[in-house]
Amino acid sequence: MNELAITVIGPDRTGIVADVSEALAGVGANLSDSTMTRLRGHFAMTLICTGPSAADVEKALEPLSGLLATVRAVEPESEAGAGGEPYLVSVHGADRLGIVAAVTRVVADVGGNITDLTTRLTGPLYVLIAEVELPADSAEDLAVRLAEAADELGVEVTLRRAESDVL
Amino acid sequence: MSPDGLPSSDALADWKPDVLGVEGRVLPVVTAPAEVLSRVGAEVDPADPEIVQLAADLVATMRVSPGCVGLAAPQVGVGAQVFVVDVTQHPKTATSHGTFVLCNARVVEASRWRPGREGCMSVPDLTGDVKRAGRVVVEAVLPGTGEAVRLTTDAFEARALQHEIDHCAGKLFLDRVAGAHAVYQRKVYL
Ligand SMILES: [Zn+2]
Repeated sequence: MNELAITVIGPDRTGIVADVSEALAGVGANLSDSTMTRLRGHFAMTLICTGPSAADVEKALEPLSGLLATVRAVEPESEAGAGGEPYLVSVHGADRLGIVAAVTRVVADVGGNITDLTTRLTGPLYVLIAEVELPADSAEDLAVRLAEAADELGVEVTLRRAESDVL
Repeated sequence: MSPDGLPSSDALADWKPDVLGVEGRVLPVVTAPAEVLSRVGAEVDPADPEIVQLAADLVATMRVSPGCVGLAAPQVGVGAQVFVVDVTQHPKTATSHGTFVLCNARVVEASRWRPGREGCMSVPDLTGDVKRAGRVVVEAVLPGTGEAVRLTTDAFEARALQHEIDHCAGKLFLDRVAGAHAVYQRKVYL
């Protein structure tokens, strides 16, 4: 089974998701995981599909005008080992160059793995929220390092456990 | 009944699974997508021997499932309004009524809404952010005796009750997640 990584981006408009997913369904592409979000008036879709060849999907998306699409064959997910302890990093402050780079580098340095990250800029306010998986017993160390990085950047940062309770 | 004639939670204080008088069987837990999880459970006759057996089975199945603090009948494949809760060992518990099984439960008062991330044995690979009341009043009847109970609780027991009552109404936490970005892949970490 072909596994495809697809990105589609274009000016946001009503029906954009319906158009793209219809085109994909039309060539038998089965949508598995995806995120689709509006980013500053652009609508961005990142999807993993299985089914047809990359060429078939490219051809199916071509008639959709105004959309920039990439299609690439990828290897199916390898059975990755257990994640880590789930944490949330929140950062907010005045926008400046390098906030994401500095914060994510600190996370990487303690062996933390980012599983989801969103940034938003509204007026002068910059906000970053990241879901991270941390190696056991690294949270305290990371909290200290994040505080140092935040000091240098002049932003606020919090690290908290993303606890979930099974019911 | 309490002095003012309302059913009280005193009945729960003495309630132990032993009073069911039958041996519980460990049943397989059903996972989504399964039709029974999305069907409104039937109201039950709490004195029906089948319901008493089901109550004992829910207790037994919960007991063998590590970390399990509650289990509803649809999760063992039975579309009925019966569930067990036991949050006594959970760190977020404030008020706790021990192990108990309720039938035909209703939330009659709910307040102090707050978000929290929850998972479910029937949706093993995902968690989601769900708002739940931090204080609830629940009315129900006990299996076996059919005695009416009205219990007031808070914190984690309140969340667990709402989650299980949802199961009995054919709802999963997925039906209540806070937004498109509020469902998470859950990796096993110990
Ligand atoms: Zn559940």
